[in-house]
Amino acid sequence: MPSPVQLRCCEASGCRSAGSQALRTALEDACGAPGPEASRLTIKPVGCLRQCGSGPLVACDRPGGTQLFGGLAPEQAGALIAEALADDGGGNAGPSSAADPLAGHRLDLEGPFFALQRPVVLEGCGQVNPESIDDALAFGSYAQLQRVLQELTPEQVRDEVRLSGLRGRGGAGYPTGLKWDTVALQPPGPRYVVCNADEGDPGAFMDRSVLESDPHRLIEGMAIAAYAVGAERGFVYVRAEYPLAIERLRLALQQARSRHLLGNHIHGTPFNLRLEVRVGAGAYVCGEETALLLSIQGQRGMPQPRPPFPAQSGLWGAPTLINNVETFTAVPAILRQGGDWYAAMGTEHSKGTKVFALSGAVVNTGLVEVPMGTPLRTVVEVIGGGVPDGSPIKAVQTGGPSGGCIPAERLDTPVDYESLLELGSMMGSGGMVVMGSGTSMPEVARHFMGFSVNESCGKCVPCRAGTVQLAQLLDRFVERRATPEDMERLDALCRMVKATSLCGLGQSAPNPVLSTLRWFRHEYEAACREPTLCVSSGGVG
Amino acid sequence: MAVLTLNVNGQDVAVPAGASLLEATRAAGADVPTLCHLDGLSPVSACRLCLVEVEGSGKLLPACSTAAAEGMVVHTHTPQLREVRRMAVELFFAEGNHVCAVCVANTHCELQDTAVAVGMDHSRFPYQYPQRSVDASHPQFTLDHNRCILCSRCVRVCDEIEGAHVWDIGSRGGQCHIVAGLDEPWGQVQACTSCGKCVEVCPTGALFRNTDTTAEKQPDASLPALLRSARDQRRWHNQ
Repeated sequence: MPSPVQLRCCEASGCRSAGSQALRTALEDACGAPGPEASRLTIKPVGCLRQCGSGPLVACDRPGGTQLFGGLAPEQAGALIAEALADDGGGNAGPSSAADPLAGHRLDLEGPFFALQRPVVLEGCGQVNPESIDDALAFGSYAQLQRVLQELTPEQVRDEVRLSGLRGRGGAGYPTGLKWDTVALQPPGPRYVVCNADEGDPGAFMDRSVLESDPHRLIEGMAIAAYAVGAERGFVYVRAEYPLAIERLRLALQQARSRHLLGNHIHGTPFNLRLEVRVGAGAYVCGEETALLLSIQGQRGMPQPRPPFPAQSGLWGAPTLINNVETFTAVPAILRQGGDWYAAMGTEHSKGTKVFALSGAVVNTGLVEVPMGTPLRTVVEVIGGGVPDGSPIKAVQTGGPSGGCIPAERLDTPVDYESLLELGSMMGSGGMVVMGSGTSMPEVARHFMGFSVNESCGKCVPCRAGTVQLAQLLDRFVERRATPEDMERLDALCRMVKATSLCGLGQSAPNPVLSTLRWFRHEYEAACREPTLCVSSGGVG
Repeated sequence: MAVLTLNVNGQDVAVPAGASLLEATRAAGADVPTLCHLDGLSPVSACRLCLVEVEGSGKLLPACSTAAAEGMVVHTHTPQLREVRRMAVELFFAEGNHVCAVCVANTHCELQDTAVAVGMDHSRFPYQYPQRSVDASHPQFTLDHNRCILCSRCVRVCDEIEGAHVWDIGSRGGQCHIVAGLDEPWGQVQACTSCGKCVEVCPTGALFRNTDTTAEKQPDASLPALLRSARDQRRWHNQ
C-alpha cells in the first residue's frame, strides 16, 4: 500500500489574493486524472503557511518529509501532483535540474525563515483546516478547555497565566495575569470577555492570519479566560475589512456551539458561555479599548478617560476582560505546556514568543513568530533575508502609526517591550516594515501622520487639530520649504500632542516624527529651504 | 463626611471624598482653565486645558475627570502646563473661524477669556479657514459651525439634563461637527423642545438666540448645575 500524501493549500487572504483558489481547483482536477494513485493523495485547505510573499503556498507532506512550494500557477498543478506521487520520495529536494518543472518554486523549510521561528500562537496555522472543527479537534483544540473545566479552579488557571509572564500582545504589554485577576476580583455580578480583533495598524496582519487559520484556538483561549474570570458572555470585535476572518470565525463559533463547546453546561460543568462576533465599521480608533467597548454597545467609538478601567467598569458598567487575539490564542498552549515552559522563552520582562508581520523592503514577507528578545537584526536580515537588491537596511518601522523607526545601527537591539520603547518606537501589535536606503524619513513620518489625521476621532483638541498642523508642517519638509522655525514648531507640537492627548492614538501619533527626528535629524535639516540655517538652529529635542 | 486632604501648588486643601481634582484646585484658588467641563454635566476631558501635574503619576492628568485622592501633590501652573495650554488654545483658534469682532459672544466668550488667561495673543499655527456652514433652520436659535469648538456641552446638556438628546457629534477628526437629530436641519428635529439650554451652555458664539447680534449674547452656564442639584435633592413635587 503506497503511503498517503497530503497537499496543504494555503487559503488565507494573502495566498487567496495570489490565486490560491484557482490553484487548488486545478490541483483537485489534476488529482482526479491519474486514477488509483490519486486515492492516496488528499488536498486540504489550511490557513497561513507564513511565507506570504511567495504565495500561493502549498505544503506537501510525504513520509519522507515536508516540502513547501510557492508561486505556482494553476498550469503547474499536474507537475506538482506528479512530484507528490513520485515514488522516490524526492523529499531531499536536491539541486533542481533544468528539467525540473517546479524549479524556482521550491521553498526551503530548513532555511532560516522557518528554522529560527518558534511557533506557539501559530502552531496550528497552516496545519488545520480552519473550516473544519473535526480537524481542529484532531489537532488538539478544546482539549485544554475540557481539562481546565474538569480539573482546575479559576484561580489555578489564573495562577498558570500569571506564572507564564504573558503580557498583552495588543501593543501596550500589560501583564495578562494581573488583568485577569483584576476582573476576577471585582464584586460579584455579570462580567464579560472581549477579544480585540480590530487590527488596524498598517503593515500588521498577525491577528487576521490567526483568525483565518485557526479560529478554534482563539475560541478556546477566550473560553478559558471566561472561565478564569467568571464571565458568561463574550464578544469578538473584528474589523469589517477582514471579511474572510469574520466568515471563518462565525463558522467556527457555529460549529463550537453545535458541539456544545459553547453554550450552557459546557462539558457537563456549570460553566456557560455565549460568544458573538461584532463587526467594526472602519474606525481605527475602535481598536482603543474604551472606544471598542462603546462601539460594541452601539455607540460612537470615542475613547473615554481611564480610570475607570474596563476591568472595573466596561461593557454596560460590568467588569470586562479585554485582550488581543494573539494574547488569547497563546493561552491554550500555556495551559498545555505549563506557565514555566512559556516563561522559559523570552527575556526577563518579556516572556514567550511574539508574532510579527514582516513586510516592506525585505525578501521574505510574511508571518514570523520568534521568542521575545530575538535581535531585530535576526528577524529582518536572517529570517527576513534583508533588502531584495542586497543593499543595506536603512530602518525598521515597528508599531505602525504609534511606533517609530529604528535605525540600522540599532538593529542589534533585542525585540522586547522595554527595548523598543527606549529607542522611541514600540512593540505595537507586531507590524514590522523594513525600509531600504531609498526611503525618505520625512516622507515616512508624513505618511503616518496622514493616517493619524484621518483616523483621529476628533474628541480631544491635540489629536484633532494638532495632527492636522503636524501633517502640514511635515508637508513643508517633504516639499523642501521648511524653515528653522518649522523645525522648532514641529518638535514642540509633537511633544504637546504626545503629552496632552486623551487616548493612546493621540499620545502616540507623534512617535513616527519624534523617532525619525531623533535618528534621522539630518534628513529633516537637509529638507529645509536653507539647510545650513536648520543645522545651525540645532539643539531642539 | 469623609474628607481628603491634598496639596495644590504648595497649599494644603481639604475636599469632600468623591470630589474631583478640579474641585480641589478651585478650593486652593488655582485658576485652572476649562472649556469642555461644566458643573452639572458629566466630564469628558476633551479640551485638555485642565491638565495638571500630579507628583508620582508620570503623566498629565485631566483635573475634571480625575478623582482627588488623599495626599496628592498637585501642580497646576508649571512652565510645561502653561506652554501646552497656550498651544491648545492656539489649536482651537486655528482650526475654526473665530472672528471676535463680529461674533455674538464677543466679551462673553469662554474661548476668548481662556485665550486671555493663558496669554495667547497670536497663533503660531496657520489658520485653517475651514469651509463650515450655518444652520438657521430653527425658529428661535442658530448654530454657526464656524465658531464651534466641539466641547460637546450642548450634546451633554440636552442628553443629561433636558433628556431630549437632540445633539450628537458626526464624522471624525477635523471633519467632526455637531449634528442635530439624524443629521437634519435643527428646525426639523421634532425631539427638540426649544428649551435653549444648549445655547446657554455653549462657551462660544456657535449657538445663539436669533435676537442677539454682535456682542449681545449673555449666556448663563450655571443652569445645568442648578437643575442637577435640584433633581438630586428632589426639590420638585412631582418627582
